[in-house]
Amino acid sequence: MSTESTGTASTGAASTGTAGTGTAGTGTGSTGTGSQTSLLAVDGLTVLLPVEGQQRAVLREVSLQIGHGEAVGLVGESGSGKSMTARAIDRLLPRGAEVRGQIRFEGADVAALSGAALRSYRNRVAMIFQDPRAHVNPVRRIGDFMTEALRTNLGVAAAAARQRAADMLGQVGIENGAQRLRQYPHELSGGMLQRVMIAAALLTEPALLLADEPTTALDVTTQAEVMAILDELRRSYGLGMLFITHDLELAAAICDRTIVMYAGQVVEVRRSELLHSDPLHPYTAALAAARPDIGQRASRLRAIPGRPLSAFEAPLGQCAFAPRCPHARDVCLTAVPELAELDGGQSRCARVAELRGELEAADA
Amino acid sequence: MPEHDSPANGHVPVLVVAGLRKEFGALVAVDDVSFEIAPSRSLAIVGESGSGKTTVARMITGLEHPTKGTITACGRDRSRPARSARDRRRRGGEIQIVFQDPYTSLDPRQTAEQAIDEVLRLHHGWPADRRRARIEQLTDLVGLDARQARALPRALSGGQRQRVAIARALAAEPRILILDESVAALDVSIQAQVLNLLADIRDETSVSYVLISHDLAVVRQLTDEAVVMHRGKLVERGPTEQILDDPQHPYTQRLRASVPRPGWKPSRRLPSLSAETLAPADPLLSPADQKGDPA
Amino acid sequence: MVSAAIGITSGPVVTVRRRGALGLLRSTGLAGLASAAVIAVASVLAIFGPLLAPYNPELPNLSMAWVGPAGGHLLGYDFEGRDVLSRLLAGAQSSMIGPLGVVAGSMALGTVIAVVAAWRQGPLDTVISAGLDIIFAFPGILLAVLAAAVFGAGLTAAAVALSIAYMPYVARVLRGAAMKERGQPYVAALEVQGASGTSICLRHIVPNMLPLIVAQATIMFGWAMVDLAAISFLGLGVQPPAPNWGVMISENQPGILQGYPLPALAAGLCIVAVVIAFNVLGERLFEQAQAGRR
Repeated sequence: MSTESTGTASTGAASTGTAGTGTAGTGTGSTGTGSQTSLLAVDGLTVLLPVEGQQRAVLREVSLQIGHGEAVGLVGESGSGKSMTARAIDRLLPRGAEVRGQIRFEGADVAALSGAALRSYRNRVAMIFQDPRAHVNPVRRIGDFMTEALRTNLGVAAAAARQRAADMLGQVGIENGAQRLRQYPHELSGGMLQRVMIAAALLTEPALLLADEPTTALDVTTQAEVMAILDELRRSYGLGMLFITHDLELAAAICDRTIVMYAGQVVEVRRSELLHSDPLHPYTAALAAARPDIGQRASRLRAIPGRPLSAFEAPLGQCAFAPRCPHARDVCLTAVPELAELDGGQSRCARVAELRGELEAADA
Repeated sequence: MPEHDSPANGHVPVLVVAGLRKEFGALVAVDDVSFEIAPSRSLAIVGESGSGKTTVARMITGLEHPTKGTITACGRDRSRPARSARDRRRRGGEIQIVFQDPYTSLDPRQTAEQAIDEVLRLHHGWPADRRRARIEQLTDLVGLDARQARALPRALSGGQRQRVAIARALAAEPRILILDESVAALDVSIQAQVLNLLADIRDETSVSYVLISHDLAVVRQLTDEAVVMHRGKLVERGPTEQILDDPQHPYTQRLRASVPRPGWKPSRRLPSLSAETLAPADPLLSPADQKGDPA
Repeated sequence: MVSAAIGITSGPVVTVRRRGALGLLRSTGLAGLASAAVIAVASVLAIFGPLLAPYNPELPNLSMAWVGPAGGHLLGYDFEGRDVLSRLLAGAQSSMIGPLGVVAGSMALGTVIAVVAAWRQGPLDTVISAGLDIIFAFPGILLAVLAAAVFGAGLTAAAVALSIAYMPYVARVLRGAAMKERGQPYVAALEVQGASGTSICLRHIVPNMLPLIVAQATIMFGWAMVDLAAISFLGLGVQPPAPNWGVMISENQPGILQGYPLPALAAGLCIVAVVIAFNVLGERLFEQAQAGRR
């Protein structure tokens, strides 16, 4: 059953009974801190997309929580499902997608929202994309774009909306806000446009920011500045954030907790500062070790053999990472490991208990 | 391997770039850039967008021609367009390039084998079986198995396609291989594999790399020397280690301070720059916007 | 291929079969298949039509003029007492060959010009574009009338005139695609290898434009057929008594008002059916060409 086609509204906390598995918090993963206090709670999310006539899994039993005002990083390579997770949360999945499991925002089932509730949801959850130019109309002015949500969804008067937009531009470090509002997207550089997108996202006073690789397309110096702005504003507005990236250090820089995904599954959840010194999954350790060190040249990089897989390419009934894992044993091949709680974090490694302490990145 | 300089004279630089300048109408993309590369050494050209590093790479390969200045490779000048087909081919045998985007750098209708074969036929008049042997050698060298070598690009992953692009570039047996952000579009784990591969290839063939990159960690891993470009000008040069451990120019310092690493926190206050050396200018911005705006 | 469709950029999903012509046809859907069938029938008739005709298509028998379907004459007789069905079958040849010539000529010329303009760019491109615009300003029919005036009426003159008229349109459409290929890094890689412009254009740029070329040619066949039928209708194309669908409409036109519409209508329907088939198939192929651009 595709979430996009149904418009059935359901009241209260009752789930809409999606066909399939994983409803009401009894999924394979633990739900962590109580879902009543979470800003966002994803539980047992499984997404299949139609490909060449077949339904192929791109997410498998993904569970995560974001508390109010908490910044959580979501790290993964190609096929990990990190972008797909964000799109599922924002209800931007392609047509024909099959969604199982639950996404609850402030207690309400996201899949069941429609009409006014859905519009309100979109005001409360703002998404910042990787390529700002692809998500903005090139023939409309910046001001039109920025004030659109305010005017149509929140009924703010045009002049007031423009004032707010100009003020917000100042907050993201763009001076002459009033003038900028009259410019067109092509008149701004990539970095500036991304700042505009951040400003636009904050205008509707969201509670949650979904940032999908917002700085990947930017120069590294621009990235540093945009990250700083994002971090500062997020803290000052008390927003929750899901920050998606392929860069482990980048996520660790502004997120308190980091989630690592592989082949459509969550494989580790950890406090960011412990990711390098005490990772809970061989994949995280391998990812950190594979990256060249700016401080010294390695005689040979510790590359992971093979290549990152999507959920539907990974072998079933076993640990998805096992074929590439230097620590794989028989226990890893017999069943899909559960996402277990450990030391304040979570790990989907069958052998995590015995491997603790041996996993840290080589250069830690 | 064809000899381009006499074996006794190992000190003749394999690439010399002097006073290079490129103008596109009123825009000066490259302004007085000079450097040289000794045989078997590798150089990084570091910079962000608008620095002119890609334009320099295009001029070295002959895709653009300098407005002023000279480029000398293997002792021969190549600042002006090639005069004959033979000249063009010879130049192709000296300097090759691997592009950033694995999805558009291969002809979608050619298998890896066909792509490499085409290059071999272009540079050598070999019979089919000799070509086949060399194709197998090259695909082995870059770590592609037989099935992948016979596959069309759309059946290959990004990392595999880059391997094909590398094999195709090496088929011409170049002295200099330009890597234009060649690993930037790859996943971290694949990037590590390809970087190891490039190091192995260098050990085996003594090719010199010119690495165009904004990624300082990759630069450290692969190169001996580096030059830093900013808005068309060369602002700093030296051994890679020195440039990264002890940058002198404010722009290099700013670059270095922007790289995420364990324990790093982004700050709005990066090492300050004078008005001229602010972050790369977007050519679409009006001069008024460029001046006071750090992008 | 699969992975691109859903935005997952990693690796080989399944082994990719190189899709042949049959697979391409199948992907055009029911409408595409039906159109292809119609075109196939028309093509067979174009080749074998005169042999299949049950009666002599050119022998007049005025005593039987305008008689309706009777005996072995399924569609009756035309204004000169000739069997309509036989005339339709025999007329398929000239009705199909004319457009074929137009398409072949304009596509060949247009492709060459488009690729040359895209490859060289700069001033040559500007001059070519201006030249194309000038030719484009002349309606095809006007050029055909001119050709008829200069060379005398006939299918050849008309077909050549239409080729010239269509060529700028082809060149415009293909130039865009050629420029896109020209800008791709794999072309730059080949240039750096030292390959010549000609060889890169012939072996890489044109083959990567083939889906678009085929789609364009298919759509244009339909247009050419309509234009040539109109030219023949005006008396400037195929000359009576040679059988031709356009000519048949013209010569049997008086019958419509006199209460004998069948001969003219039958010819008209043949044209319409084939033109629609080419249009539908052409558009489906066009969609495939656009979609195939990964």
